[in-house]
Amino acid sequence: MESSTPLTAAIGGSLIGLACAVLWLGNGRIAGISGIFGQLLPPAHTVAWRIVFLIALVVGAWGSAQLFPALGVGGAEPTALAVPPTQWGIPAPVWIALSGLLIGFGTKIGNGCTSGHGVCGLARLSRRSLAAVAVFFSIAILTVTVTGIV
Amino acid sequence: MARTHAPQLAVAAVSGLLFGAGLYVSQMVDPLKVLRFLDFTAIPSGGWDPSLAFVIVPAIVVMFVAVRLGRRRTAPLFDTEFHEPEYRRIDKRLLGGAALFGLGWGMSGICPGPAIALLAFPPDGLWLFLIALLVGTFAGSRIVPSGHLKRQADAQ
Repeated sequence: MESSTPLTAAIGGSLIGLACAVLWLGNGRIAGISGIFGQLLPPAHTVAWRIVFLIALVVGAWGSAQLFPALGVGGAEPTALAVPPTQWGIPAPVWIALSGLLIGFGTKIGNGCTSGHGVCGLARLSRRSLAAVAVFFSIAILTVTVTGIV
Repeated sequence: MARTHAPQLAVAAVSGLLFGAGLYVSQMVDPLKVLRFLDFTAIPSGGWDPSLAFVIVPAIVVMFVAVRLGRRRTAPLFDTEFHEPEYRRIDKRLLGGAALFGLGWGMSGICPGPAIALLAFPPDGLWLFLIALLVGTFAGSRIVPSGHLKRQADAQ
């Protein structure tokens, strides 16, 4: 398990938990990124804090990469998106777009993603979130097994 | 809620900064690292990367404490109520949505948080992904009822 980075993972995870805690105790809002992103669309109201949050999200990632460039992708190394299995003959842009459509549609009708259900929902002991997390982790693991793109 | 007050915007900014920093420090902005977690076929060979578990567990624990602290109060610091999710049922929409999200996540290794955070150092194809994410979200919003009252009625 040479690629495992448990220490930085736990520090980063604690920061993410703290981010959720701040938004919950300060504003009473769930830090679910798909929800914050999705509710920028009409008929959205109270858009201002969502825009501020998303801009800060980008600035936080960029700033920490400047401070600690050695941690990996985005700091010292370039980022890259996954490519589809070569033997399937699917162009990479089609694969990327399809993935984005599925994630946008799925998180909207399922009311959450890794942050909203995975972090905030499980912390709230929500049965709905537990069901959602069990399903999306299982399907994602199954997908990677079938595609073998790692 | 009528309008957003300055303290709420400050809270949103602090929370967003912490979230973005957490995604970078934990390397969850790297789609390939996320895929190496999801690749359980690598467990027997020892090539599996369990890091994502080390990210999500402390995150849940910290938020769990915050939720407990919140339960002692009637309202958050800068709003009149905790905006608890209104849905209660485990239904086809929840499970179907989670399944479609899982499929897309397994294809790309990107979930919505890292997708936005990656704008800090955008890889090729990120804008296409984000546009598709927005289009997919918009299509989904045609199905889920919009508006607080409709959602509440639907949640009964």
